[in-house]
Amino acid sequence: MLKTFPKGGIHPPENKLTSSKKIKRLPVPKVVYVPIAQHIGIPAEIIVDRKDKVEIGQVIAKSGGFVSSNIHSPVAGTVTKLDMVIDSSGYKKQCIVIRTDVKNESNFQDIEYPLKKEISLEPIEILKRISDFGIVGLGGATFPSHVKLNVKEGIKIDCLIINGVECEPYLTADHRLMLEKAEEIIVGIKILMSALHVNKAVIGIENNKRDAVELFKHLTANEKEIQVAALQVKYPQGGEKQLIRAILKREVPKNGLPLDVGVIVHNVGTIFAIYQAIQHNQPLIERVVTVTGKKLGDPSNFWVKIGTPINDLIEEVGGMPEGTRKIVNGGPMMGKAIKNTDVPVTKGTSGILIINEDEASRGEAKNCIRCGECVDVCPMGLEPHLLMNLTEKGMYEKAGQEDIMTCIECGSCSYVCPSHRPLLDYIRFGKNITKKLASSKN
Amino acid sequence: MDSPQIVISASPHVHSDRTSKRIMYDVVIALIPAFLVSLYVFGYNALIATSVAIFSCLLFEYLIQKYLMKTEVTITDGSALLTGILLAFNIPAGLPIWMIIVGSLVAIGIAKLSFGGLGFNVFNPALVGRVFLLVCFPVQMTLWPTAVENNTSLADAVSGATTLGIIKDGLQFGETMTEISAKIPSSVNMLLGITGGSIGEMSALALILGGLYLIIRKVISWHIPVMILVTIGLMTGIFWFIDPEHYANPIIHLLSGGAILGAFYMATDLVTSPMTKKGMVIFAIGIGAITVVIRLFGAYPEGISFAILIMNAFVPLINNYFKPRRFGSKIKAKIT
Repeated sequence: MLKTFPKGGIHPPENKLTSSKKIKRLPVPKVVYVPIAQHIGIPAEIIVDRKDKVEIGQVIAKSGGFVSSNIHSPVAGTVTKLDMVIDSSGYKKQCIVIRTDVKNESNFQDIEYPLKKEISLEPIEILKRISDFGIVGLGGATFPSHVKLNVKEGIKIDCLIINGVECEPYLTADHRLMLEKAEEIIVGIKILMSALHVNKAVIGIENNKRDAVELFKHLTANEKEIQVAALQVKYPQGGEKQLIRAILKREVPKNGLPLDVGVIVHNVGTIFAIYQAIQHNQPLIERVVTVTGKKLGDPSNFWVKIGTPINDLIEEVGGMPEGTRKIVNGGPMMGKAIKNTDVPVTKGTSGILIINEDEASRGEAKNCIRCGECVDVCPMGLEPHLLMNLTEKGMYEKAGQEDIMTCIECGSCSYVCPSHRPLLDYIRFGKNITKKLASSKN
Repeated sequence: MDSPQIVISASPHVHSDRTSKRIMYDVVIALIPAFLVSLYVFGYNALIATSVAIFSCLLFEYLIQKYLMKTEVTITDGSALLTGILLAFNIPAGLPIWMIIVGSLVAIGIAKLSFGGLGFNVFNPALVGRVFLLVCFPVQMTLWPTAVENNTSLADAVSGATTLGIIKDGLQFGETMTEISAKIPSSVNMLLGITGGSIGEMSALALILGGLYLIIRKVISWHIPVMILVTIGLMTGIFWFIDPEHYANPIIHLLSGGAILGAFYMATDLVTSPMTKKGMVIFAIGIGAITVVIRLFGAYPEGISFAILIMNAFVPLINNYFKPRRFGSKIKAKIT
């Protein structure tokens, strides 16, 4: 039996169109738009000015506090503007615009480094560099990694979990990275294990990526401390709490953190970024992005510089197809629909999904027939129909008592509802109000 | 590109292909085998009764929604169609047509639309219609027709009363089960549908077949039907084990009357059954127990319709007390 979380979950069609496509390198864009808020927390503070010349990898915005992150220049070039640019949230955000210096060779140097296994840094130096080099969670949440790794004294961590689940349909960025950079990822895991002083790490991979499972099993055959867990294909297997439950049978307490059960979870992409930072002194200035969609000419995986306009990616796969109705930043279950393809790729962009008109519109919402399907699929044991109802009626306090705040917004309830009710839309709204009410009371 | 045609909506951006309509029509498909059996046993009477029930349910839904409630007309969603079929399945073939129409009006008008329409009704509409008819017209509602005249091979097998009716009468006249068992159809005949009863409750086999289809299509889960039947089987089994001369054996109880029809199609009505599996089990045990109590000690030979309606009333309470276990609640930290 493959491991999985016990309650809830759904099986949307996988549609992994790009799982056998090698990651290609996107040509260096002429201009990059680097937002200063690419992570959860306080935006970074800009430390360059208009007309400044910047080197590749140079810090251009400094971490604005503890839960924040440095931002580095993805290219060598000249800062042309400090401007408000619409980002993937749909709002105008402060951005550093850099024109690439086409004569500067460092822009076109190969960033494929040879594998380096020896770890020469001390744990404290490792943690400092992860913080300095702007590493954030690349699974999508973009939580600054150094904050996650900053374990307070007295808290015992006994297991590091590497999230290679990639349960979102369509996306294959992590899958390809695991296949192409497996050895680097293993070194990255060892780096983190030494930094955290843990002697157990488990790589969780959904079983639809058999090749990755086999590859890691083969590579870790002689590593007693690193295990590979093949997981049942079920969304949201890659949710942090679900993953910990599946692999270790430990349940993160309500409103708690993985630390409470002695675990830290990092995405494979983050691990690779940490490897690059520690072993090759490369800050986080590029990432893998899956550009996909059923009507696209050539859906692909790319290494993309942070700040590249999404337009460039779409052009590279054959341009925007006829009849496109929705552009999603991320996967179909949790990604954000965007209106404008000028928005830049940020640290959290794992994929761009182009949806055609036949799949873009929602079904008309009908009466709830009380089938209980949403209750069945909720991985958090909530009652989505009830939470929607309470939000609709403005009963936020009751919604709070019914644990609305523990919703992980995976969207399973909206996905299955046979009456096409916008359950998650209401729950998100209800969560926001409930949170505000709670904080205004304190 | 900044095109006005681009749709912006919150995630998720995909949806499963299940719809409420599909669920309703799946139940209709599941009822086809049982309908075919009733056509075979009752001939045109079954066809007429079913057609009248379906037509009047759809018509009342249309008229009430359009002219009384002035809301959107939803007769194509399959739910009124299903109510019509289930109402017909719960009445004897040959019931006067005007009574069927009255039953449909009660089912759609009172039990469903007066509560707010699909999803808001507390009680199963078809059963409310049936029970209304049973209470108002007890004679006609318990007049079980014999086999169709041109179908002589069945003439001997089909009696003028239901199996449960024969047993109840027999026991009241002081007969023992050994004497009664000569008068009731064999288990094999009950399985195939060669027995007396309502239009839809003839063949246990056909009903189970449709029920399995519903479980495979994930329209219903096994919890409600299985737990109702297990409860009925166990409870009647205990009585039969203690005193086989005065209590019918569990096989007879399971195969006769509306036990299977009720367990698979009436009690599992999504709107009027609990949301969680735990709740479903409690609900089903309640139905099973009340059914047995009415059958063995009540005035009516059959009690599953009452049992389901009674338990329908408890559903909001059950939903409130049997919630799914919240992830991360009450856990022991176990760090090795």
